[in-house]
Amino acid sequence: MKWLSDSAIARLRAVADLPDLRGTRYEIVEPLGRGGMGAVYVAQYRELDRKVALKVLVAAHSGADAALRMRREAHVIAQLEHPGIVPVHDVGTLVDGRIYYAMKLVRGSRLDEHIATPRPLAERLRIFERVCEAVAFAHAHGVIHRDLKPQNVMVGAFGEVLVMDWGLAKVRGDDSPALASMEGGATVPGATEHGTVLGTPGFMAPEQARGDVAHMDERTDVFALGATLRFLVDADAPPPLKAIVRKAMQEEPGDRYASVDVLRADVGRFLAGEPVSAFPESILVRTRRLARKYRTAILLVIAYLVVRALLLAFLGR
Amino acid sequence: MTKPVLGLVLGGVLGAFDGLTALFSGGPEVKAQIVGIVIGSTFKGLVAGVLTGWFARKVNSLALGMLFGLSVAALFAFLVAWNQAAHGEPYYLAIMLPGSLVGLIVGYTTQRYGFRPAPEPAK
Repeated sequence: MKWLSDSAIARLRAVADLPDLRGTRYEIVEPLGRGGMGAVYVAQYRELDRKVALKVLVAAHSGADAALRMRREAHVIAQLEHPGIVPVHDVGTLVDGRIYYAMKLVRGSRLDEHIATPRPLAERLRIFERVCEAVAFAHAHGVIHRDLKPQNVMVGAFGEVLVMDWGLAKVRGDDSPALASMEGGATVPGATEHGTVLGTPGFMAPEQARGDVAHMDERTDVFALGATLRFLVDADAPPPLKAIVRKAMQEEPGDRYASVDVLRADVGRFLAGEPVSAFPESILVRTRRLARKYRTAILLVIAYLVVRALLLAFLGR
Repeated sequence: MTKPVLGLVLGGVLGAFDGLTALFSGGPEVKAQIVGIVIGSTFKGLVAGVLTGWFARKVNSLALGMLFGLSVAALFAFLVAWNQAAHGEPYYLAIMLPGSLVGLIVGYTTQRYGFRPAPEPAK
């Protein structure tokens, strides 16, 4: 009798885990990643001969609730056409009953991996601004992400920034029939019942950590964005930036930024060397900020004055 | 403020200031001519400033803008210094060096802070 090696068993297990795509227009190319509910594969879309990312419900979560939640996720993303939100092309059911959806394949790295390579603060903040733009767009369409964190942001090879994983998204005030039918009551899977805690510790707002669904709104995402911003900036970040993080991560939603747009605007002001709303400046800090902002112009004027003084001292003119 | 207007204003102000610094040289002959010096220096600054602003509007490059400002201001300052030299006062360095620096400042400022109007939509 011959025993199988560990690597052979691992290979067999991987093959056994591969979804059966018979009856679909896709074929698996390679696994890409695995989350709590779904596994993502690079797949070939045969009709158009292009690669897509295929998210398939993992077998362990193939119950009706998980299936509906995943289908709902696909519908939520499909409603949000924005350059910062990965587009969904297709949704369907495999022969074994599992739900899958196909989306644009983004080649790049997760934000947490992306910033593992040291990058200038301004670059990190510009990425953050792009995340805010996508989230603000979703909010404008009544969708709250509820699981924003660096691991759910992709930075593409060409600098594109995409917010991923809308599996915990909450839809409110949306009269789209597709979404409304899926969010239409406490017993509908996909909608989160009061007391259920979903999210990521460290990025979850207090009301989310309590499972207080009724009090979750755009400011819940503002908190998570504040935590993401804290992750992106150094421990020795300038005080105005720390103040932005503090304000975004206030315990009480009412004390946070009222919207993601306001948060983004404050980060934009910081980048432009302007005063931020979260940080009242003393005269000293204001002087230092202005000196930094107009450094070159000030140096040129000083150079001029020095030259003038030297000419006066040595040539008498 | 558009780039040419910013160049005009800044060139004029810095030109006037540059002219006024002649007061510190202390010579009574200079003080007697201060009004003419300031007017001439201001005019020089206005013309060099508007040219630098116009260039900044056409060419979006900080380095080229500063080089252009420096060159134009140096040229105008040379003409003034040359005229002075013809009257027996050869102060090339004292006139050209600060004058060129003023051009550098205007070149930088128009590129960095001047407003560029949005292109007209295609008809």
